[in-house]
Amino acid sequence: MNGVTNLLLGLAMGLNLLALASGRLPSVIRAAAGQGMILGVLPLLLEANTHWLVWLVAVSTVVVKGFVIPGLLQRAMRTANIDREIEPFIGFVPSLLLGAGATIGAVALAGALPLLPEHSGSLLVPASFAMIVCGLLLLIGRTKAIVQVCGYLILENGIYLFGLLLIESTPLLVESGILLDLTVGVFVIGIIMDRIQRAFDSLDTRKLTVLRG
Amino acid sequence: MRELGLIIVPLAGAALAALWPSDRTRPWLLPAVGLIHSVLALWLLVAPPTVAPDAWLGFDALARAVLPAVSLLFLVCAVYGVTYLAVRPERPNRMFVASLLAVLGLLSAGHQARHLGLLWIATEAVTLAAVPLLHFNGTGRAYEATWKYLLVGGTGIALSLLGSFFLGYASLRGGGGGDLTFAALTAQGAGLSRPWVLGAWVLLLAGYGTKMGLAPMHTWKPDAYGEAPGIVGALLAGAVTTVAFVALLRVRQVVDAAGAGAVADRTLLAIGLFSVVVAALFLLVTRDFKRMLAYSSVEHMGILSIGAALGGAGVWAALFHVWNNSLTKGAVFLSAGNIRRAAGARTEDEVAGMAVLAPVSARMFVVGMFALTALPPFGPFFSELRIIRAALAKGHGAAAAVLLASLFFAFLGLSRLVFAIVDGRPKAAARATGPLLLETAGVIVPPLMLLALSLWLGVATPTVLREAWDAAVLSIAPMP
Repeated sequence: MNGVTNLLLGLAMGLNLLALASGRLPSVIRAAAGQGMILGVLPLLLEANTHWLVWLVAVSTVVVKGFVIPGLLQRAMRTANIDREIEPFIGFVPSLLLGAGATIGAVALAGALPLLPEHSGSLLVPASFAMIVCGLLLLIGRTKAIVQVCGYLILENGIYLFGLLLIESTPLLVESGILLDLTVGVFVIGIIMDRIQRAFDSLDTRKLTVLRG
Repeated sequence: MRELGLIIVPLAGAALAALWPSDRTRPWLLPAVGLIHSVLALWLLVAPPTVAPDAWLGFDALARAVLPAVSLLFLVCAVYGVTYLAVRPERPNRMFVASLLAVLGLLSAGHQARHLGLLWIATEAVTLAAVPLLHFNGTGRAYEATWKYLLVGGTGIALSLLGSFFLGYASLRGGGGGDLTFAALTAQGAGLSRPWVLGAWVLLLAGYGTKMGLAPMHTWKPDAYGEAPGIVGALLAGAVTTVAFVALLRVRQVVDAAGAGAVADRTLLAIGLFSVVVAALFLLVTRDFKRMLAYSSVEHMGILSIGAALGGAGVWAALFHVWNNSLTKGAVFLSAGNIRRAAGARTEDEVAGMAVLAPVSARMFVVGMFALTALPPFGPFFSELRIIRAALAKGHGAAAAVLLASLFFAFLGLSRLVFAIVDGRPKAAARATGPLLLETAGVIVPPLMLLALSLWLGVATPTVLREAWDAAVLSIAPMP
């Protein structure tokens, strides 16, 4: 079972790099969505006795992270008639190198931290750290609001993954509260993005420069 | 039951506001709910309930020491809000009123949260509920500020969630059963895994520090405070920052129990000093009086952080300063809102002679500025004096010197800009249109009330408050 989990986690880490290297908006959205779906399945593999609440969390994560949010982003992309090319602050090759470096660093850092014996063989912690750094890179290194939202999603994915370490000990009530909050957060971001689009006629955050000083 | 009322009444009020049919009468829900909330909060302050040690939610010593300040600030802002919304009939206020009430309920939950996960959920929900308040004006600039608030604030929130998970893992690694109440984590103490605790502290300080607006995570603040209505600025600066500060105090207690209290205090002191220095420098150059208030808020958050780093006496002074900050900052934000409306502009290049155009608001603004920069006998003077005394008693002479120098430069910056706006001849454009705001009682009395409260805290700090702060200090940072 650990083998399957690690395979999926490796895949999710690969999607990080895909999102960083990609020059086209739809593929970044797809990478974030794919990653979200992989994460949604994980609780079913990790939890020994699958309570119905675990199923609920898993199904809602797959639906929300894999379909609802990417669907919203794709719709925003179409209605805003956004140019599909991504213009980066940090170039694609440098971001890819930074992302790869972060992945190696994440594995090293996870090795240095004291883990519980049952987590030490798993890629869970390194994958979580790698996603957090790659998400931050996208957040900082891209100019389009939609890509920044994708970066935020990947950052959140990493944190969700770390939260899975605690799934056996923390009540699912807290987990579902957290999931709910994150979902509402992305919805609110989506709404504001829509308003920015209407007010500025663009989703290029470089145009948001009125406020200074 | 009363402590749950603090959460349920505002949330029910928010639901009612969302359903209320009339834009004209809906704002009256604000003072109605604010009054019930204040009565409950003051009653709880005078007669605190007993809190079960393992309760997830409770009006404990720390909540008792600060939540009534938030409640009073909200009540005054709510009264101001009725007049404010009446002079802004062109903007629909359904979302605005509902969000304000939701923010109050969630703030009450955040102050009373004794569970790591619950605390995070409440503070995150406050951040999200405040979004419609920020873009109430509906301008492009307001959306730009909201976007920055969401992106910076969202990242901060994500980091604090990760920090909460780290702390949970520290407990799990140390053999804990995964009970994430602060009482259980503190009891586990040295059993917590140290590397994870240190990681958690860094992330939680960054996360909740973003919400407080400590430098260098303060970048969203000037934009958000500049674009939001004065009443929203007052609540963000006086109430939302408070919940983040309480969160940091609760986390610091766990870190202290884990044997890393000295590290936590050093980081709090460093980030606090950095914040006051950065704020003082920006105050010397800013030309926009609403953004000025944001930098002043960064300064006061720095002062709170310094106080929290100085042990029992410092924490006591910081809790005192929370009250002073909430009430005084509220007065200044509300009078600045009046001036902004009367002048129709916000920078010293466009605004002058407000003593002629809005005489009462301008006077309140000047007095509020002096109160904020710690002129005796207003409250902030006494709390800042206590923080400096605590710093000297702890042997942090250099830190006290940096703090004093920053306070001095902040005073120069604030008074420079305030008098540039208040004094002089009104600009030609303003003379042509005349004042754009009638100084009715509805916009004058609320800030005046807050100024009076700030003065009262200074000259006669009520005994019940001193007791509440004593109890809070005992509960989180025992006197040496």
